[in-house]
Amino acid sequence: MKIKNIFTYCFISSLFLFSLICIWKILVTLQGIELTNFNFNKLFAFGIVLCVINLLIGKKFNLNIKIILLALLFSIFDYFISINLPIWYSIGIYLISLFFFNNIKNYDRNFLSKNHSSQKLFFNFLTLFGITLFSFVILFPFYMMLVTSFKTQALLLLNPLDFSINFTKGLQELFKSYFIVFKDYNFGRYMLTSTIVSLGTVIITLIFAIPAAYAVARLNFFGKNFLSTSILIIYLFPAIVLVIPLYTIFSQLGLRNSIEGLLIVYTATTLPVAIYMLQGYFRSIPKELEEAGIIDGQNWLGIIFKIILPLSLPAISSVALYVFMIAWNEFLFSLMFLDRPNTFTLSRAIQFLNVGAETPRQYLMAGSVVVTLPILIIFVYFEKYLVSGLTAGSVKG
Amino acid sequence: MSTKLAKIEKRTAYLLILPSVLLVFSIILFPIFSNIWISFKNVELKDLRIPEPRAKKLVKIIKNNPTQIKIIYKLRNSSLTQEITNVKFKDKYPDNIEPTNLDKRCEFKRKLLHCELGNWPKKYRENLEIVFQNTNNQEISKKELKSYKPKLSGKSQNILLTYEFTLNNFKKVIKDKAFIDLLSTTFYYTFFGTIGAIVFGILAAQMVNQKFFGRTFMRSVLLFPYVAPVVALAYTWELLLDPTSGTLNNLLINYQIIDGPINLLGQKYVTLNILGFDFKLRLALTTVIIFEIWRYFPLAFLFILARLQAVPKELYEAADVDGANPIQKFLNITLPQILAVISILFMIRFIWNFNKFEDIFLLTGGASGTRTLPINVYQQGFSIGDIGMGSAVSIVIVVFLLIFMFIYFKLLGKRANEN
Repeated sequence: MKIKNIFTYCFISSLFLFSLICIWKILVTLQGIELTNFNFNKLFAFGIVLCVINLLIGKKFNLNIKIILLALLFSIFDYFISINLPIWYSIGIYLISLFFFNNIKNYDRNFLSKNHSSQKLFFNFLTLFGITLFSFVILFPFYMMLVTSFKTQALLLLNPLDFSINFTKGLQELFKSYFIVFKDYNFGRYMLTSTIVSLGTVIITLIFAIPAAYAVARLNFFGKNFLSTSILIIYLFPAIVLVIPLYTIFSQLGLRNSIEGLLIVYTATTLPVAIYMLQGYFRSIPKELEEAGIIDGQNWLGIIFKIILPLSLPAISSVALYVFMIAWNEFLFSLMFLDRPNTFTLSRAIQFLNVGAETPRQYLMAGSVVVTLPILIIFVYFEKYLVSGLTAGSVKG
Repeated sequence: MSTKLAKIEKRTAYLLILPSVLLVFSIILFPIFSNIWISFKNVELKDLRIPEPRAKKLVKIIKNNPTQIKIIYKLRNSSLTQEITNVKFKDKYPDNIEPTNLDKRCEFKRKLLHCELGNWPKKYRENLEIVFQNTNNQEISKKELKSYKPKLSGKSQNILLTYEFTLNNFKKVIKDKAFIDLLSTTFYYTFFGTIGAIVFGILAAQMVNQKFFGRTFMRSVLLFPYVAPVVALAYTWELLLDPTSGTLNNLLINYQIIDGPINLLGQKYVTLNILGFDFKLRLALTTVIIFEIWRYFPLAFLFILARLQAVPKELYEAADVDGANPIQKFLNITLPQILAVISILFMIRFIWNFNKFEDIFLLTGGASGTRTLPINVYQQGFSIGDIGMGSAVSIVIVVFLLIFMFIYFKLLGKRANEN
C-alpha cells in the first residue's frame, strides 16, 4: 500500500513538473530561441530524485528554505544540460520549479500512509495541470493572433516559430499592419458599420421585446401559453434554414447590400431570446408594485416606464450585451446579404480579405484583432451581466 | 366592470406583442414555409434577377441645324431568359420642343413622351430614334435634354410565383450517392462535437469549482473562445495549423515528434496503427471537431459550474466521513447532481451543432470530407447556384430538427413532471 503510494507520488509529481517545463520550453521556442529537445529522460529522472529528497526531508526543515533550495537545485541541473540559453530562460525554470515544490512541500511520509492519498495526489496534480493546460490551449491562439499582427511577412516566413515582439523599431513600425488595415483596407468604415448594426439591433430589439415580454409575463390574453412555448421553438430554428428564402426575398425587394436589411434580420433572430429572457425576469418583480402604480392612476405605459424598467435594469443590460455580442459576431447573414465592400461589416470584411488575393497574414490577423478586441473588452468589463445573459440565452450558439 | 377591464387588458396585450409577432413571423416563420415552396421549384440563382426593360439615352447634335436635335434610345431586355410584356416608356422634355417624326407607338403631350412598346422577347434590342425641333427656332441645349432620364415599366413572370412544381430537387437530394456520406459526416461531427464539449466542460467546471489563486480570472479566460467572433478564431486556427508555415507543424517538427508536416485541414484520411490494427481516421473532420469542442466547451462549462456550485457541501462532508475516495465522490455525488443539466445541454448542443455552418465553412469550406448538411445548403444554393436544391436540403434539415425538438420537449416535459 505504502510503496504503491510512494511510487505514484514520485511518478505523477515528476511528470507534472516535466509537463510544466515542456510548456515553458514551447513558449521559449516561440520567442525565436533554438531549442530542439525536451530532455525527457534526464529531467524526469532528476525530478524523481528531487521528489524523493522532498519526501525524506519532510517537515524537519523550514519549508520555505526547503522549496527554495530544491528549486535552485533543479534549475542548476537544467542549466547544465541545456546549452547557450539566455538567463531569463533559467529564471523561468526557477520560478516554475519554485511553484511546483511549493505545491508538494506538505507531502511527507505521514500523508502518503493515509487512505486514498494516491488518488488525492493524482487529482490535485490533474487540477493543477488542467488549469495550466486549459489556459495555454485557450490563450495561445489569441496570443498568436496578436503577435502575428505585429510582424512582417518576411519575418513570418523566415522563422514561423519566432513570436517575439521587437520593440526597438518604435511603435510606428510595430503597429504598421494596423495603419495599413485602417488606411488601405478601409477597416474604419467597416468598424463603423459593425457598430451601427450592432447598436441598432440592440435598440430595436429592446423596443420590440420589452412590451412583448411584459405582455407575456403579466397580462392575460388568449393564446398566451401557445405564444410562450412557440418563442422557444422559433428560437431553436437555425439561420441556415432561413438563408435561402431570405436571400431570394431580399434580392427581389432590393434589400440586399443594405444595412436596413441586416438590421431587420438581426432583430428578428434575436427577438425570441430577448423576449424569453426578459419575461422570466419581469415575472420575478412583485406584482404589488404594479398594483400600487395602478392605484396611483398610471396606465400600462406608465407602469412599464416608471416601475418595470427601472427595476429590471440589470436584466435589460444583460439582454442588451448578449444581443450586441450576437450581432457583432454574426457572420452567415452578412456573408449572404453583403456583396459590395461599402456595406461590409467587420466579419464579412475579414472573410473578404482572406478569400481575395494573397493578403499578407499580418493584415488578416490585424483585422482579426480589430474585430475581437472590442468584444473581449466588453466581456471582461461587463462579465457579470454577460455571463447571466449567456446562461439564460445559451440555448443558441 | 371586471369584464371591461379584462377586455382592455386583452387589447393592450395584443397591442404590445403585435410588432414582435409580425416581425418574427415575416423574417423567421414565413421563410421556413417559403422554403417548402421553393424546394418544389426549379429555380436557379440567375432566375432571381427580375427582368427589367432598360433604356440608354443618347443625344446627338445635327450638323448645320442647331434648332434640331436627334435622340436615340437604346432599348433592351435585361434578361437573357425571360420575356417582358406590356412595356411602357416615359420621358420628359424641356419647354418649346416638339418631335418631328414620331413612332406610331408613341404619343407626345405637354412635354411628356409616352410609348406603348408592347412585348419584348428575351434578349430583345431596339434603337428608338426621334428628331426634335425647337418651336421658337432657338438652339437646343444638349445638357438640359440629358438631365432627364427615361422611365420604363413592364410586366414579367416571376418564376417564384408561378404554379409549376417539380419533385426533381428531392429526387436529386435522396438519389445522390454522397447523401449517405453527407448524413454520416453530419452525425459524426454533431455527436463527437457535442460529447467532447460536454466532457471538457465537466473537466473545466471541476477544476474551477476548487479554490485556487486567480479563479475568477480563469473563469473569464475559459469563456474567451465562446465570446470572440468566429471569423477571427477560424482564421487564426487556419494559420496555426497551416502545413508549411503554421506554428503547430513547425513546433512538432522542431521537437522531432513528427517527420514531415501534416495537413490537418486538407487531408481527408490518416491511417493510424494502433496495436497492430490499421485504423482510418478522418483527419480534417477530426480537426474541425476539435475546433468545435474548443469553441463550445465554455458553454457546457458555464452551465455545469452553475449547477456544481449549487450542490450542497454536506453531501461531500458525509462522503468524507464514510471514507469515500475522490472517484467514488465524483461518480456517486457529483455526476447524479449534474446529470439533468448534462442531458438538456446535450440535446441543445446537438441541435445547434447539427446546424452549425460558420465553423466548417471558414476552416475548410466543406472540402476534404467535412461537408455537412448546412454546408451542402450553401454549396447547392450559392456555389452551384441551384436555389431549389438548396431549399430541398434545408427542408431535410428542418425535418431532422423537428424530430430532435420533439425528443427534446418530451425530455423537458418528463423532467418537469418529475419535479
